[in-house]
Amino acid sequence: MKRFGLVCVLICMVSVLAFSAGTKETSESVANAKAEPVVITMLIDNGQAVDGFNAVAKAAEEKLNIKIELEVRPGGNEGENIVKTRLATGDMADICLYNSGSLFQALNPSEFFVDLSGESFIDKLDETYKNTVSEGNKVFGVPYSSTQAGAWLYNKAIYAKLGLKVPATWAELIANAKKIQSAGITPIIGSYKDAWTSQLIFLGDHYNVLQLYPNFPEEYTAGKAKYASNKAGLRSWEKLHESNAYLNKDYLATTYDMALEMLVEGQGAMYPMLTQALSYIYQIYPEEINNIGVFGQPGETSGGSGLTVWMPASMYINKNSKHIEEIKKFFEFYISDEAIALYSAKIKPDGPYAIKGVDLPEGTYAGVLEMVPYFNAGRTAPALEFQSPVKGSSAEQITVQCGANLKTALECADSYDKDVRKQAIQLGLPGWN
Amino acid sequence: MMREAFFERGFVVRDTTVSKQMHPYCYLIPVLLIYLVLFILPTLMSFFFSLTVWTLSDYTFVGLENFKMFISEDSLRIGIKNTMIYAVMTSSLKVILALFVAVFLTSGLRTQNFLRSMVFFPNLVSTLAVGLTFSSLMHPTRGVFNAFLGKLGVEGPDWLGNVHLALFSIVAVDVWKGLGVATVIYLAGLQAIPKDYYEASSIDGASKRQNFLHITLPLIRPSMNSVIILSFIGGMRSFDLIWAMTKGGPGFTTDVVSSIVYKQYANGYYGLSIAGNVIMFLLIALFAFPLYRFLIKREASL
Repeated sequence: MKRFGLVCVLICMVSVLAFSAGTKETSESVANAKAEPVVITMLIDNGQAVDGFNAVAKAAEEKLNIKIELEVRPGGNEGENIVKTRLATGDMADICLYNSGSLFQALNPSEFFVDLSGESFIDKLDETYKNTVSEGNKVFGVPYSSTQAGAWLYNKAIYAKLGLKVPATWAELIANAKKIQSAGITPIIGSYKDAWTSQLIFLGDHYNVLQLYPNFPEEYTAGKAKYASNKAGLRSWEKLHESNAYLNKDYLATTYDMALEMLVEGQGAMYPMLTQALSYIYQIYPEEINNIGVFGQPGETSGGSGLTVWMPASMYINKNSKHIEEIKKFFEFYISDEAIALYSAKIKPDGPYAIKGVDLPEGTYAGVLEMVPYFNAGRTAPALEFQSPVKGSSAEQITVQCGANLKTALECADSYDKDVRKQAIQLGLPGWN
Repeated sequence: MMREAFFERGFVVRDTTVSKQMHPYCYLIPVLLIYLVLFILPTLMSFFFSLTVWTLSDYTFVGLENFKMFISEDSLRIGIKNTMIYAVMTSSLKVILALFVAVFLTSGLRTQNFLRSMVFFPNLVSTLAVGLTFSSLMHPTRGVFNAFLGKLGVEGPDWLGNVHLALFSIVAVDVWKGLGVATVIYLAGLQAIPKDYYEASSIDGASKRQNFLHITLPLIRPSMNSVIILSFIGGMRSFDLIWAMTKGGPGFTTDVVSSIVYKQYANGYYGLSIAGNVIMFLLIALFAFPLYRFLIKREASL
């Protein structure tokens, strides 16, 4: 018995040695072949369309001998949590994709990301965009995709069938909604199961707030301007509150995906949403894309409504990455004309690009073409989150309360002011006590 | 030399020097060290950090400000209220329903064993899976529940969207899932009751109801105490089911202390979220300990 056991052990030892000898040989032969591409990891959120990025990454693989591996994380508050945790524990990927603007600036960028202000390609970036990825004089990011707007998507066929025009004032929008409702179609689609989508009417109204109070962002950051007491600010909440009467019956259980399906299939006429939804619609319903139009959230007067613009998410280089020089070359390639052409061939832009000297390509979505007049007339403004680092963290829950009419518009505006105050105190911002 | 001789003969030598008395306790040191570092130390640290505004790299001492915020802010205070409702409801429902189920399952049915496994089955499924499944079953227009009610001619409510109903819908799912464990505990307790009592009472001509009230109920008390304590503390700490079904929504309606703590943590308010955890600790201590003492005393007086 003992002999038998000994023999078994000897056989195992020999086979282990034989196999390990084999592996050694294969790795040597690989080393003699072409040099391995540098592997670069990138953390990206699950709401981003990746076809355009992948096309550019593939070209970069051949040109620059790098290979980008994507890691997916959730979006919204949960995603912010994951990014902050991984930065704090030193566990971040080589490239971090994250929002631009105040959310980015709240990450303490100079501690975690590489300063790109000395690079030549940074001069190609649009000025307004550059401010949203900077801290002081340091610039940290390049745009992942085109800009987009927080506006109203609408089903053109329904509008044409009912003989409706794009509303120039909020009152006209409500009038349109009433007509659509009597035709038996849901006027406004609500998708409150995904709480973040309930914020758009409130956030998209920022252009209108700025028309009446151009200094609102500065005073708001200093704790002097409040939504509850500011006439234009309160109006944003009231519009959200008014939309409730025209929402689909199951708006509290509808998700973002379901809402887009409803819009495309004509079960709902209008959907207040970021125009990045156009890319999503194009991926799933490519034949329907030119049936979806875009108009900016109207104000009270018909002086020509404006668009509230969201800067694209940006890519930032992790300071601890071992491949910083390769990533810089990748960024330079990413904002070149060649890469943008590759990108737009896969993903049409949701708005103009944040890079100077780029024209919108052939086959741009009908909705985006409807956005161009706003940009040409200068009737655009960045969303509040790019002009102020202060944004209440429970915003999406309070907008759900407002849109679901659980509280009055004034109560919700007041709640939000308190929530903003909580954030200011917790983050130690000056002047809020 | 002498000692070895004693051992060989099977004698036990009792050495009274201090080092020898300490000897057994030395074996506890590794475990105590782990307990200290992984449990005691973080608990003490959290008491300290709950009094600060903390960014993980540095902190500012603010005293009881975090606690004041929890008590004064609607969005935070509702968590305390919801946690208590949730814990009391799930606990009482489990205690009462599981007892009847357990009595039913010891009444000598032929399919008894199969039914017992079936009752325990929901407990084996992941809570997250249960939450997501029921969430889609409860969809107001596309969900199975309302489709079924529609066939009966009743318009089903929005189970998870109606602000008065949402929390209770989640309580119902929690009870559905947790009934198995409570039933199993009761079954063990029921089988421990000596059959002699029932025989004696049948000789005296007692009805089934009298049997239940005067024999079963008093003697099942130890099991009942276990179920009460376990389900109450479990209910107070519950997070995954609520998160999977509503994420604390709509608005703040179904937020409990644990989901609020998670959201504050997610927003980077580390001091505030630790304060929430300390509040949860205090709530459990405030309610669970006296409850436990009360129940043990009643058990002992038996």
